[in-house]
Order: sequence, then structure tokens, then C-alpha cells
Amino acid sequence: MSLTELTIADAASGLRARQFSAVELVRAHVDAIDALNPRLNAYITPTREAALKAAQQADEVLARGEARSLTGIPLGIKDLFCTNGVRTTAASNILRNFVPPYESTVTANLLRDGAVFVGKTNLDEFAMGSANITSAFGPVENPWKRNGDDAALVPGGSSGGSAAAVAAGLAMGATGTDTGGSIRQPAAYCGIVGLKPTYGRCSRFGTIAYASSLDQAGPMARSVRDCAIMLQSMAGFDERDSTSVNCDVPDYSAAIGRSLKGLKVGIPAEYRAEGLSAEIGAAWQQGIAWLKAAGCEIVDVSLPHTKYGLATYYIVAPAECSSNLARYDGLRFGERVPGDTLDAMYEATRRAGFGPEVRRRIMMGTYVLSAGYYDAYYLKAQKVRTLIRRDFTEAFQKVDVLLTPTAPTPAFVQGEQSDDPVQMYLNDIFTVPASMAGMPAMSVPVGLGATGLPLGLQLIGRPFDEETLLATGSALEQAAGFTHRPAIRAEAAK
Amino acid sequence: MTYTIEGRTGAWEIVVGLEVHAQVISHSKLFSGASASYGGEPNTHVSLVDAGFPGMLPVLNQECVAQAIRTGLGLRARINLESRFDRKNYFYADLPTGYQISQFTHPIVGEGTVEIELADGTVRHIGITRLHMEQDAGKSMHDQDPARSFIDLNRAGVALMEIVSEPDIRCPEEAGAYLRKLRQILRYLGTCDGNMEEGSMRADVNVSVRKAGEPFRTRCEIKNVNSIRYVMHAIEVEATRQIEVWEDGGEVDQETRLFDPSRNETRSLRSKEDAHDYRYFPDPDLLPLVVEQAWVDELERALPELPDDKRDRFIKQYGIPRYDASVLVAEQAIADYYEEVAKGRDARLAANWVTGDLFGALNRTGRTITDSPISAAALGGMLDLVSDKTINGKIAKEVFEDMLETGDSAAAIVERKGLKQVTDTGAIDAAVADVMARNADKVEEYRGGKDRLFGFFVGQVMKAMAGKANPAMVNEALKKVL
Repeated sequence: MSLTELTIADAASGLRARQFSAVELVRAHVDAIDALNPRLNAYITPTREAALKAAQQADEVLARGEARSLTGIPLGIKDLFCTNGVRTTAASNILRNFVPPYESTVTANLLRDGAVFVGKTNLDEFAMGSANITSAFGPVENPWKRNGDDAALVPGGSSGGSAAAVAAGLAMGATGTDTGGSIRQPAAYCGIVGLKPTYGRCSRFGTIAYASSLDQAGPMARSVRDCAIMLQSMAGFDERDSTSVNCDVPDYSAAIGRSLKGLKVGIPAEYRAEGLSAEIGAAWQQGIAWLKAAGCEIVDVSLPHTKYGLATYYIVAPAECSSNLARYDGLRFGERVPGDTLDAMYEATRRAGFGPEVRRRIMMGTYVLSAGYYDAYYLKAQKVRTLIRRDFTEAFQKVDVLLTPTAPTPAFVQGEQSDDPVQMYLNDIFTVPASMAGMPAMSVPVGLGATGLPLGLQLIGRPFDEETLLATGSALEQAAGFTHRPAIRAEAAK
Repeated sequence: MTYTIEGRTGAWEIVVGLEVHAQVISHSKLFSGASASYGGEPNTHVSLVDAGFPGMLPVLNQECVAQAIRTGLGLRARINLESRFDRKNYFYADLPTGYQISQFTHPIVGEGTVEIELADGTVRHIGITRLHMEQDAGKSMHDQDPARSFIDLNRAGVALMEIVSEPDIRCPEEAGAYLRKLRQILRYLGTCDGNMEEGSMRADVNVSVRKAGEPFRTRCEIKNVNSIRYVMHAIEVEATRQIEVWEDGGEVDQETRLFDPSRNETRSLRSKEDAHDYRYFPDPDLLPLVVEQAWVDELERALPELPDDKRDRFIKQYGIPRYDASVLVAEQAIADYYEEVAKGRDARLAANWVTGDLFGALNRTGRTITDSPISAAALGGMLDLVSDKTINGKIAKEVFEDMLETGDSAAAIVERKGLKQVTDTGAIDAAVADVMARNADKVEEYRGGKDRLFGFFVGQVMKAMAGKANPAMVNEALKKVL
């Protein structure tokens, strides 16, 4: 099998068994980036030379028999994670030339475990978007195609570059961040697995903030097991992030293939929403049937405040972002546009630095926090958020895990929804509630739709019970036998 | 007597509340590990967190929390076991993140009280509304370059305590007494050095005026006044201005003003309409701050004796007047000095020497108690010579001045100058006889009933003996022969 088609788990054993070297493995991926990235635009900054050098070192580590879980494994890093000495842009003009002198905790953990970074992946600007079309470095193209149609599709967002890179074989796995669905929705659109851990499971230190109370880093890979391997490395308490949680990181891989006998799977009625495509509805039914066959008990549950999720999210997230992005003022780092006065400099810098979607969210956030509107919007949204969290808490008294669609539709054509921001926001309707509640959730590809595009189902678990997600996800994965690969991929390009 | 200002339409009362920003004494900043020390080359005490770099997160410094709790306890205030940090959003060049982390809705310290004492001995209690923690901003420097402004972030992120008083202050003197008392408490606790000149303690002054019996009228806030004297001036100047506005039929606008001491006036900085909308909201990077009662208790047990308690103890333990006690507890170092001098000695005599001669000498020489040329032990040694009648009170003054100059011990000076008090009755009797012989006429007059000449004879004898005679023995000898 081609090196760009392997899973992380298989590659790791191949490396240990000296079937191939880390240099060979990494070279296959950086060559694939050279070949396909001009089209897919999945990477903002490929780091070919650094990757090959790191691969050499990985081979030395392997030769000494000191390999760790990810030694020599080529990964893509969402360009929202600060990487020491490597340009980190957040896909924004305002950070176009920003090179951080520090490493995020999540990427430092991956490096500790031997991972080789092949580049910084594209995303929606500051992670604000659901189609990866707001990047200042241009849109990402989904490697999948509709049957008989060459139209460029969106990869989803905001971790669209990571999803496209993993799907196309330009990385074996990638980091994503998820604020309202930014790991799960692109994973579904690109036919890969994406896991958003419990809020607080992975440190946010060194990850550029969008909405601090929601942002959570997670793995994106081509198998559930690979996500488990990556999460094992990424997760853990960090005293530099006061919201990271100090609890043990279990052995995630041990959950793969665990028996599901007697596991109670909740089916929330509210996710049978308007706008849910028939093929995704059918995939959902199929998923239910597979889990039943695996010994699960299917339970109907209600999450009554689901319908307020999106509206609440679009108050809380912009409010936090309006404050989080105030630091991009051109003074200490990042791009600066001069002005005659301090205010003129701020205005010129931020106008040139931020794209329309970022500006829109900053304005919405400023508005909802303003005197006179705070109570009606921000405070009300916080109360609703509490109710949404309670919905989940109550549901998890009856069931162990929830099964829902990840997104209402498969990937759509670039430009199709871009002139209507509200229509675009609806892509996150199924992913936002778990984000608002801080629950872990995962998207698993379960099949192809009528037009040949991948469809994903979402599993939502109890706080810090990523293991049940992985166990259930691996059962779905096995039942679905999803081995489809996109039209544009490294192996096919040869 | 209520303090009032006389206007054309009658007497006006003033109403004042103070917001004091006190810089916390701590090694590192409120949310970063950078040094919180004063001074240093510009931008040398700055971490990536302080500079607001992408992805940086605040981590609360527990020592700053302890300092805030200690201060709350010193203000006899309620400690809130759960408090919260909020973001106060505004753009300014010396505010790196674009927001200040503060405690808006849930401060760590609630209501308390500060006892103040006025010159006439009146005691008043000024209510404390709250104390909260917040970050300081950096410093903008506009005088370094003709065209550009420079920013120094050394101070950015340093912990401040904002201590808000109730509008209980009714005259400039009370404002001064309140600030001095607050500073005294902070210094006793070691939570703030209270140096207003260096900006480690600054006051915002809220002033309004009203006729007796009225509810509060609109107030103005005078920002960043940096000395106690200026605070007192600013209150008077601002109150006078407001009275004029009201009496001219106008309306005082709620606004922020600046005090200009050189022109003795306040100027509008920004009106309510221009006021910032700070868009406060809970900082999502920080969890609510929960402290254990047990920790608060532990901090309370370790608290030093506070000035009011110390004063009351001095009155009781040393039998000294309240005024003297208040003076002696003004600073911890003075109180410690006094207690060392007073230990095992005549405590009232010790108080007189410390508050009288020693303070006078420090004043003259421009020194403070901590670099006093006469140590507490040395002063005590001198008092011992007085008590055991080696020297008398008059000679003691001479010895004290010599100690001040030479730094020698009292015993050495007495030895060197031969100042030992003469208690030899033979020598005294001889001097008495000599004085009587030389002043036979005065002796006649005295015996003829001119009693007040007695003092003259005492003086002459003392003079003859170079002041070293035991005064009581001189008296006795004179009485005997006269």
C-alpha cells in the first residue's frame, strides 16, 4: 500500500518494523503536498525542509529503539496553533508575517511524542467560518468530487485545510480546533474522523483564540484509532491554561473495539430538523441499525433547547471574539497600517487586517456586549447556554452516548452559500449544541450519498468520556466499512 | 460641627467618596510570571502574556490573591469566598490585550470600615464598599521623541487593588485622614508601599455638593490625584466650582475631571456622553476564583497587629495618652522603636523622649525612624542613666544632643564629659554655704518673706556645680540652711 494511504497505527508499526523509514514516509507526504497543494490550497505554509530534517532525526530515534507513539508520523497543524519559529497566520492578513517565538502546548505535546510537522494548514480566518472560504490565503478545495461533476466543493470549516489534507493524503493526521463544529463538520465533508474533546481536555495555551469558552483542540485522521493515538498525545492538564482540567488521561486506544453490549444510545428528536437532507437522514437510520446490531439499546431522548443553540452560539462566540481580537492592533506584532493618530492607525490596521466575516463577528460581539444590550443578548445567551448544558446532563442520566447527524448536508459547491451568512451558519446547527455544553463529540464517516460525497454521523458523549465516543465510533466505522477515498489524492496523482 | 462651604444661597455640604488604586506588593504580576518590581529599563519586565501575544493566557498569581485578602481583613471587610474576573474592554496603546482584567460584578472583598481620627479628636468611621483586584496598564511616553509616542509595558499587568469607599467623607480633612489611615493599614500589612509619589497609590475622588438634608446631587470624578494634599485641595476646588454652577442656575454634569494643581482648578476630561462603553463580561480564560475559608483564617492568624489595636494596647499597657499612642503607631517602625525603648523602663518617660526630642531631632536632620542616628537601645541606655539618677533631666538633654552628633553611648558621654550627677552631700552643702555667703542680702530678703527667691538660690547652686547636682538634694540642703 502507498505510504500516503496508511493509517497512523499502521505507519507506526511499519516504521518500527523498518518496512520503510521516517524519511521515506515524510517524503511521500511532502512530495504529495508539492504536487497537490497548488490545487487544494490545504496548506498555508508547507514546511518541507524542516519536515525532512525532523524525519531524519526520527529515523535516528527509531534506530535507537526509543520511538514514541508518533515518532516519524507526518502531521498537518492547523495554522491557529502557534509553532515556534514557524509562521502562524490564523489565515488572516493581520498575522500574515507573524512568527511566534513559542510553541503551543498541544503541538509541543505532539513534538514530544515524535510527530513530524509537514506544514501549517489553511482555515477560515481566525477559525470563523464553515466552508474555509474566509481565509486570507484563499479557499481550500475539498478533494472529493460529486459524481461526474468537477465543480470545486468546500471542505467545510474552519479546519478545512486539515480535513482536506488528511483526506487527500497530504498528512496522516492533523490538528483541528472546534468552536462550534470546526473539527466535526469538515471531517464529515471530507470523509474523515474528527474528534472534539471535552472542553478543558486539551490546553488552549498557544492556540490563537476565537471564542475562549468554546475553543477546543482535537485530532482529525482517517480512522478512529488514529484519533485515539493523536488525542493521547494532545490531551492533558496544563497549568498555563486555567481552564484546562486536571484529570487523568486514560488509554484511549484501549477503548477501540470495546464491546458495546448494553450501551444506551440516545437519539435526540430535535435533530430531525428541517433542512436535514434525506440521504443524511437515511445514513442516520443506518447508523442506528448498526449500533443496535452491535448490542446497543436505542433510546429516544429530547434536548428541548437545541433550537436555541445556533442563536446562542452567535451571541456568545462573537462576544468573546470581539474582545479576543482586540489585541491585533498593529502595535506589538502583526501587520500595521500607519495613521496620523492612534485611532486612525487602529482603524486602518484592522480594516486592512481583518476580512469581512471577522469584521462582522467583531461588530456583532461588540453590539451584544454594549451597555443596554448586554442583558438582552449576552446575559440571556448565557442563561440559555446553561439550559442547553442541562439538556445534555439530563439526557446522559438516561443514555451513555448520543447519535446524530454531523451536518445537515454533504459538502456544497464553493460560492453556493457564501452571500448569505445566516445560511452558512446553519451548517453548524447539529454541532453547536455540544460545543455550547462543552461535551466531547466526534464525527465518523459512514457512507457516501447519492452524489458520491461522504456523509458523517456525530457521537456526543459525557464530559471526559472520550472513550465511549471512541468505542462507539470504532463500531460505526467497522460496520460502515468506509474505505472510499476522494478523487483528488496523493495516490491517485501518481 | 458639619463642615460647610458658604455660597450666595447659604451653606453647602460636600459629599466625597474615594477610589484608591493601590499597587500590590508581589514578586510577579497578577497574571504572569514577569517581575512586578518598580523601575527597570523600559520593556524589560514583560512576558508574552503581558504583551498580549496570540494564544497567551492569564494564570492567576496566588500571592496577589493573598495580599488582597490580607488587605480586606485589615479593612475589617467581608471576604467573598467566590469572586470573578471580568474583562473591561477599551483600546489604548498601553493596554496590550485591548482589555483590562478586573473584578466588576463579583469583587473579592465586600463591605468594610476604616476608623479615622481628626485633629480635634473626633473619631469617624468611613465605610468601604468593596476592594477588587485588577491589572495595571503600561505607560505611554509622549516626551521621548518629537513625532512618536513610546510604550513601556513594565507596569502592564502588575496587580492593583481598587479600594472603593462609601460617600461618607464630608470634608477635605476627613479625606486626608482617610487616605493616611488607609496608607497606614496597607503599610502595616505589607500589601502596598503606599508611595503616592511613585504612583503605587493613586486616588480617584468623587465629589458632589448639597444643601443640608438633601439627597445626593450629581457627582464628578476627579481622576488620578497623586498626593494627599492634592486630594484635599481638589475636593475644595471642585466643591466650590459645583456650588457656583448650581447657584448660577446651572446643572452639574456627571463627568470625569482632572485636577491641575498648578492652576488650582479642575478641568473636564470627558463627559458622560463620551464615557467609554467598557463592555464588561466575565473573562472566559479564568475560572471563578474560589478561596477556602480555612485559608482566609490562616491569613488572618498571620496578620500583624493593626494600628488601631496597637494604639489601644499602648494606651492600656504603657499608660500613655491616646494622642501619644496615635503618634507612636503611625508607622510600624516607630511603634517597634518605641516598644524597644519602653521595655522595662518608664514607658511614659520613653514616650515623651520619642515623640519629643527624638522626633525633633529626626525632623531637624531629615531622617526617618529607620535610619535614626540614635538606636532604640541607645536611647534606652540614656533613660537608664536618668532612672538610676546618674544624670538628671537637664544633663540628659545635653547627653542626647551629644549622642546625636557623635553616636557615642550615653554612658560614654557622661564619662567623657564628667556629667555624673553629684550626690555628695558634702559638696552640695559647701556650694550652698558659698552661695549664701555671696548673697547675704538676698538671704535677708528671703527670710523677710520673699519666698520666690528660693528658685534663685537653687539656680545659683546648680550653676556653681555645673548643673550636675542632684536637684532634690540641693532643694533639701537649701531648705535646711534657710
